[in-house]
Amino acid sequence: MGENALTPEEARASARAWVSEHWHGTDDAAWRDALVEAGWAAPTWPVGRYGRGLARPAAQAAVAEFTAAGAPGAGVDIAPFGDNPWLHLLGNTLLAHGGPELRARYLPRLLAGTLGRGCLLYSEPGAGSDLASLQTRADLVDPDVAGGEYVVNGQKIWTTGGRGARFGLLLARTNWDVPKHTGLTFFVIDMSLPGIEIRPIRQITGEAEFNEVFLTDVRVPADAVVGAPGEGWRVLQVALAAERAGMGAMARAADGPGGPGGASGAGGASGGASGAGGASGGASELATLRAAAEDLVKAARAAGRLGDPLVRDELVKIVSWRLTNTWTGQRAAAEVRRGSSSLASLGKLAASRVLHAGTDFAFRMQGRDSLVYDVDDPLAYPVDRALMFAFMNSIGGGSDQIQRNIISERVLGLPKGHEPDRGVPFRDVRTSGATRPVSPA
Amino acid sequence: MEFSAEQLELGRTVRRFLAERSSEADVRRTMATAAGYDLAVWTAMAGQLGLHGLAIPEEYGGQGFGWVELGLVLEEMGRALLCGPFFSTVVLAATALLESGDGAARKRYLPGIADGSLIATLALPGTGPELDVRAEPADAADGPADGGWRLSGRAPLVTDAHVAHLLLVPARTVDGLGLFAVEAGPDQSATGVRVTPRPTLDQTRKLADVELDAVPATAVGRPGDGEALLARVLDLAAVGLAAEQTGGAQAALDMAVEYMKVRVQFGQPIGAFQALKHMAADVLVEIETARSAAYYALFAAARGSDALPVAAPLAAAYCSDAFVTAAHQNIQFHGGMGFTWEVPAHLYFKRARSSQLLLGEPAAHRARVADRLGI
Repeated sequence: MGENALTPEEARASARAWVSEHWHGTDDAAWRDALVEAGWAAPTWPVGRYGRGLARPAAQAAVAEFTAAGAPGAGVDIAPFGDNPWLHLLGNTLLAHGGPELRARYLPRLLAGTLGRGCLLYSEPGAGSDLASLQTRADLVDPDVAGGEYVVNGQKIWTTGGRGARFGLLLARTNWDVPKHTGLTFFVIDMSLPGIEIRPIRQITGEAEFNEVFLTDVRVPADAVVGAPGEGWRVLQVALAAERAGMGAMARAADGPGGPGGASGAGGASGGASGAGGASGGASELATLRAAAEDLVKAARAAGRLGDPLVRDELVKIVSWRLTNTWTGQRAAAEVRRGSSSLASLGKLAASRVLHAGTDFAFRMQGRDSLVYDVDDPLAYPVDRALMFAFMNSIGGGSDQIQRNIISERVLGLPKGHEPDRGVPFRDVRTSGATRPVSPA
Repeated sequence: MEFSAEQLELGRTVRRFLAERSSEADVRRTMATAAGYDLAVWTAMAGQLGLHGLAIPEEYGGQGFGWVELGLVLEEMGRALLCGPFFSTVVLAATALLESGDGAARKRYLPGIADGSLIATLALPGTGPELDVRAEPADAADGPADGGWRLSGRAPLVTDAHVAHLLLVPARTVDGLGLFAVEAGPDQSATGVRVTPRPTLDQTRKLADVELDAVPATAVGRPGDGEALLARVLDLAAVGLAAEQTGGAQAALDMAVEYMKVRVQFGQPIGAFQALKHMAADVLVEIETARSAAYYALFAAARGSDALPVAAPLAAAYCSDAFVTAAHQNIQFHGGMGFTWEVPAHLYFKRARSSQLLLGEPAAHRARVADRLGI
């Protein structure tokens, strides 16, 4: 029987009683274990799955009791996504599709904060926009030995935080005789397994934030499968939904109290229009609009071009894109409060032109000084870096072209195009190999 | 930028009404008449729905709402390509009367506008792309014995002047620019007023040239204050037009999307081709961006924000271009069908093009944005 019928007041009383009995002023392993066992670490998670089945307002009321008592570690499930993304990425996935053994292996440590970081092993050099066409193979061997083992071979890419990751969420192909979406299996693997090699990817900016992960004859126990073999695509949707929800919440938080701007053009040398129009009363709204133009005006003034009608026209166009994207984010938030909104799916596409146009403007206004690329150059370097970094938005997380497909099909309701691989066993589908040279180790 | 449930319901009510009373057939029939509006629809909008007086204060017979409500109504009118002098009367003239602060003029004309009995318009300055408030005004001279004013001159391309009972005309005085009210009479019989209707690219919005020959007029506001008054009025009118343009753009895209689901070529609906899907997605982004600009400007107008002088021309430029893009691409999506008179794509195209220039072209608005940002 869950406690989801508890009112916030009842939950608060229940928490108060528990804290007074168990909290002795020491945040140690025993305390964390007790929290996890009693379901206070994640009170919104289901009863029997390390939670208490509380509704969010009741959980918040309960956690306030822990906070008031100075007792840490309660309610990690309702903390901001960025505090521990894996709580949602791995946690939600295992809650939805993980068996009892898998849940017991990961969730207590995840909730107690002792599991460490993970990494995502989805994309491949040959499977970017078309993720379901991935070719990393997991072949079941030794089925006689305790459920058997999978041997994994392949290459993953765009792995953030690959180094130092303790576990990986892996999507691999276990069946080549069925259509692409139905031959995939989702694993949670230990990143210290032999045969896993992580190499940084050098980006066009010269930096290396991402890695590629090579998997060579990695032996993964069969009990690392989440859900059932062949159900990987369905399991992935839970992990992706958690990721999207978390990214959205972080983007909204980053945009300040003025209102969510989705993936607006805020940040970096591109400038931004954070919170524009959010304030009513207090600070001048005109000043907020002016702030959205500040970096562009500065760049044009430094170039002596501020009086040029062509430059002024271009500048106003970019400022208009910035401001309207912020306002569209506010409209999306308002629509979400009333139900649902399709506006959020437009924000990322609209942000691409904001970022590319803004960085292009700054680059040109700087003239030949932009031709220097030196991390110690405080003027040219951020401009040049932002010029290149703008592609992160127009390619990462679904390229602009994929976004247009999604918008036209899901928002406008236009039909899907011709899909030659539809219903075809993956073995017979034309696939892509890696289309770039491999970075030197 | 959050609408109340009542505001959203108002929009839905107007949409239902116009779907019934301003259908494509109604638009085609009405735009072909000399008057260019349907009196029964006009009366129902003013009476039954109370749309004319929506943003007019209660003391002048209106309902005392504001720009947000009016904007949602204009968006629906744009969607339905409503034919008639609503924009001229309610957006241009009523706004000019309200902004003038002239109690006598408000009291004399606003109740008639609110109840639908008075059709009014504002002569926009000049015909150039920039809509300079100082362009080619008429001349106002002190009247002889009666102490009134006499207006002489020419006001070109005045919206709905051919049916207007009241003409608001900017004119030069010794003290500077002023705004004047000319009562043309129910059948424009007033001596000294000559109204010549012009054939228009956009048949859903009528234009006429007005010639004035020493016609009696009363000052609206103080002569000499006309420049500032007109600048404010044109900002607000641009916001209203932006809302109307947003609705028109959405209708054009909706029409294209429906067509692309049923038109089959190469064995599949043309909407399955990425070349067209990506165009459609881009048009949608333009429209939602335009809507954000229009809504922000409406809210800024409603609360008298200091951001309005920037938000208004920003919305004017963006929504003008977005409507033109949506209407232009709608024809392109329709291929040869879009080039025919029978397919209504041209109606949106012509409305988009006439709206793009009505209050000044987009680059002129953007120049205004730059100036007012202090750049």
